[in-house]
Amino acid sequence: MIKDITIGQFFPGESFVHKLDPRAKILILIVFIVVLFICRNFFSLLLMLVFSFTAVILSRISPKMIWKSMKAIVVLVIFTALLQLIYNDKGDVWWKPFPNGSFVITSGGVYGAIFLIVRIITLILLTSLLTYTTSSTLLTDAIEKLLTPLKWLHVPVHSLAMMMTIALRFIPTLLREIDIIMSAQKARGAKLDTGNLGQRIKALVSVFVPLLVSSFRRAAELATAMECRCYTDGAHRTRLRRMRLGWRDWLAGGVLLLVSATAVFTSFYPIGSTLIFQAVIS
Amino acid sequence: MPILEVRNISFGYGLHTPFAVQAIDNVSFSIEKGECVSVIGHTGSGKSTLMQMLNGLLKPDRGQVLLNGKDINETKKTAAAARFRVGLCFQYPEYQLFGETCAADIGFGPKNMGLAPDEIRARVQKAAAIVGLPSEKLEASPFDLSGGQKRRCAIAGVIAMEPEILILDEPTAGLDPVGREEILDMIRRCRAEQGATIMIVTHSMEIAASISDRILVLNKGKLHLSGTPQEVFADTQKLHEIGLDVPSYTRILRALRDKGFDLPDAYTLPDAAKLLCRLLKEGGRT
Repeated sequence: MIKDITIGQFFPGESFVHKLDPRAKILILIVFIVVLFICRNFFSLLLMLVFSFTAVILSRISPKMIWKSMKAIVVLVIFTALLQLIYNDKGDVWWKPFPNGSFVITSGGVYGAIFLIVRIITLILLTSLLTYTTSSTLLTDAIEKLLTPLKWLHVPVHSLAMMMTIALRFIPTLLREIDIIMSAQKARGAKLDTGNLGQRIKALVSVFVPLLVSSFRRAAELATAMECRCYTDGAHRTRLRRMRLGWRDWLAGGVLLLVSATAVFTSFYPIGSTLIFQAVIS
Repeated sequence: MPILEVRNISFGYGLHTPFAVQAIDNVSFSIEKGECVSVIGHTGSGKSTLMQMLNGLLKPDRGQVLLNGKDINETKKTAAAARFRVGLCFQYPEYQLFGETCAADIGFGPKNMGLAPDEIRARVQKAAAIVGLPSEKLEASPFDLSGGQKRRCAIAGVIAMEPEILILDEPTAGLDPVGREEILDMIRRCRAEQGATIMIVTHSMEIAASISDRILVLNKGKLHLSGTPQEVFADTQKLHEIGLDVPSYTRILRALRDKGFDLPDAYTLPDAAKLLCRLLKEGGRT
């Protein structure tokens, strides 16, 4: 059960996407998301979908892993699509189940639902790709670098980044710990997987108390270890791997800008066949 | 009929992911009532996975686990019942303590079995006596105990379920020599007084040699060797293949023999000590 969680999981690799500078990846993702929400017709949306699909293929992450991250949001997607279908009454009426017209399915609702589904899928594709192809260390390094301007405002950027690194680092450790503690309590008959809801919730006490105790122990151990290595906050450390923008980053950024510009332009000045869905979406 | 029989079980983690591992690969063995069996092997050899299949926590991908001749994975119910019949004590069990008092923690298992409060109290007392936890400590918080006491309190929590087989995963890991001896004494007492059937997972050849009737050697999920300590440690070649060795005192005896002393092999510390004492008394080379 716990092993199925893939959020924040990193799959090491040597692909084009893996080799991108993490800073570039984060910036690309931000621009991508903004443009994705500017898109107002299927043509521009399709462009964005093609862009993220290309990225997925270039990353050589197995489609199974991508599907796993999709599964997590299936309910959300279906729910939002249903809401669109029910409450959007723009466009032509396609289906009228009740004679008084209190509830109708319109072309606008159908297109809107499809549009939303594709938009969310596109969004998740690229976002999950970021964590799949970037180790948490690189990710926090990149965030720290990107947030550097805030240092002038006396925001403790370095401490925040360190906290994030530690938190991310301990997710798998704590998951494993929960797994072991749960197994151990199940071995003593704790009704974690067999009892009714009330019994299960009660049995969770036997998991959370040891987990809390061990988290504090780990935190204390980590603090001691860091002090032993003379860790001080905000010391100007050099890095093992310095991040440098390379040709890949400029290429990926360039392609994104091209795609985004086209998507935004056609959203506001639709030409030719892109015109078709313009009316129903906006 | 053996009390526990394992037939050709296999188990893999994370199948269909890039991290797939075959943890247990076609392992078979059986345990007779009253036996003490040690499982040795390196970290990652699949020992812990194997243990969790014996009490129904993990279901083997292939093969069967028979408890008194009946498959424990027949239904969900039998698998859940097997958890009480095969008592599994995990590595570092003191990290799983959570009760407000030691008595409450030890009584957690019996309580989950649905026993009456009187019966639970009786079992807690009995289990505490077996592991040698002083009765005045029963009302103390488990977090106030010493390391060795915590460990014994946690083991008592499993013993209190009165399982037909007791499985201890690395019961002496991280303890000082005194704590280690206390645990080993407890295991010997359990066998002598209760006739308990016990399985021990360990890294230590010395413990495996001194306490068990039989030894199973696991390597990369496969059963590499099995037999009495004499049989297993006689096959030094096969142990060296996977980077294990005979107990340290057996190595000393063999080194002396290579120097020309007339010494047989010995696999327990008292036996080895006796041989060496005799040698010192006689004092001569042959």
